[in-house]
Amino acid sequence: MEKQPFDNETAKIQKIRDQVVSVDLTAQKKRALTIQMTDGVLIPRKDDGHVLNSWRITFFSAIILLASLVMFKPQPYRDIFMVTIKGTPVTFQATIFAILGALVIGTATGLGSVSKRRWVNMLSGVYVELIRGIPLLVQLIFIYYAMGRFFRIQGMAAAVVALSICFGAYMGEIVRAGIQAIPKGQMEAAIALGLSRSQAFRYVILPQTVKVILPAIGNEFISMLKDSSLVSAIALSDILRKGREYISRTFLSLETMLVVALIYLIITLLLSRLVGLLEERLHKNG
Amino acid sequence: MARIRIEDLSKDYITANKTLVHAVKHADLTVENGEVVVIIGPSGSGKSTLLRSVNKLENPSDGKIFIDEDEVTNPHVDLRKIREEVGMVFQSFNLFPHLTVMENITLAPVKVRKISQKKAAENAMNLLKLVGLEEKADVHPPQLSGGQQQRVAIARALAMEPKVMLFDEPTSALDPEMIKEVLDVMLKLAKSGMTMLLVTHEMGFAKAAASKVVFMDDGRIVEVGTPDEVFSHPKSDRTKQFLEHIL
Repeated sequence: MEKQPFDNETAKIQKIRDQVVSVDLTAQKKRALTIQMTDGVLIPRKDDGHVLNSWRITFFSAIILLASLVMFKPQPYRDIFMVTIKGTPVTFQATIFAILGALVIGTATGLGSVSKRRWVNMLSGVYVELIRGIPLLVQLIFIYYAMGRFFRIQGMAAAVVALSICFGAYMGEIVRAGIQAIPKGQMEAAIALGLSRSQAFRYVILPQTVKVILPAIGNEFISMLKDSSLVSAIALSDILRKGREYISRTFLSLETMLVVALIYLIITLLLSRLVGLLEERLHKNG
Repeated sequence: MARIRIEDLSKDYITANKTLVHAVKHADLTVENGEVVVIIGPSGSGKSTLLRSVNKLENPSDGKIFIDEDEVTNPHVDLRKIREEVGMVFQSFNLFPHLTVMENITLAPVKVRKISQKKAAENAMNLLKLVGLEEKADVHPPQLSGGQQQRVAIARALAMEPKVMLFDEPTSALDPEMIKEVLDVMLKLAKSGMTMLLVTHEMGFAKAAASKVVFMDDGRIVEVGTPDEVFSHPKSDRTKQFLEHIL
């Protein structure tokens, strides 16, 4: 007779735990069936057979294609490869610095959107809406020129700032969803012990948020790596820029872009597998 | 002077579908130093809301709450200072899963009370001995059973050396075979003279340890008395009805 409500409670707790893994922004509010879709590549995990298979097919075909082009048709592919691959460090450099910048902005924005102060709340809301409503390429070029005109920052630094500001908004949404995925009882327990709200965020909420959002950040990293090619339109001598320079010398446009595409594809697929492994480990531990 | 004094407390809120709910209606209750007061009643009767108002996890709509001389309900009061003095144990434990058992217990003493890590760890070890879990200090909470987690949660609350302990249905999320180990710790605590205010369905515990039993129904305190008075000679019909159902 008294057993019933206890079972209900356990079910409720289980339900809350289930929600913790989801980084979907609205699932909790809607309590409805939603799909999780990002503009990153599908992340292959071991328990997801057919995604892993298509990952293998794509990854190894890309490697074999690129290798055989370079080996068996060295004119012009070897040349193209040697030139464009020099852009890889620049692409990675820009991506890594920009993701760190986006993390800083994103954490501030995420905390801002769960803040109890109204104006802080509104500020981060407006920032997110503004960024999400303008095409990435337009923003990047705008911020890049703005950085040049008002702060005299150019080249790599300006590109990194532009990418950070653009991706900070998306990162902010990820951080917000991550914070909201932590059960309410954690904050209650922390403040009941006498911790202030900011102490509770620092020692209790954020460390748990990191674990929840790590796969999403990995995904964002991959998106950013691809989108950093947009900045090559103005500033970076990354993979794409090296390719376009090569085209302007040789007019081998199709061949060059094929190599550029293959290099991006191989890097992206490799990284998405790493993110998949990371996610598997996180689930195993916890 | 009473340790906890609740005067004419009311709590109203508006639910998601816009209906006004009176969770607590004009409740008065005092808990003297060293008393163990158990609140019983059907679900939805406002027990938890009343309990959670004491350290202001719920914001009461009306009325006053005092802990010693400090008025909890005063909007200018330093809530952190009050919460340091009031330990709380939750139904779903709410241990911090990313910290070890030891870190769970030492976090607040170190960060809030500014006690040295070494001293806090010593205290934590003594508390873990009290709840019988000294060998689990370096384990993370998800690796513990529900009963063990709740015992750690009690140790965590005690680490702040509170004047008062609040328990919000501490055994309701536990499997039956684990309820006893938690109740044993709570009994030990009650015998040591700790002032305790609890919401629980464990009538056995109420009979054994309570100095006062409070029966709540529909947001009101219907009856207050010693366990013998409330369980054996209930005055109100509503109390009789409830007790017939559960005993």
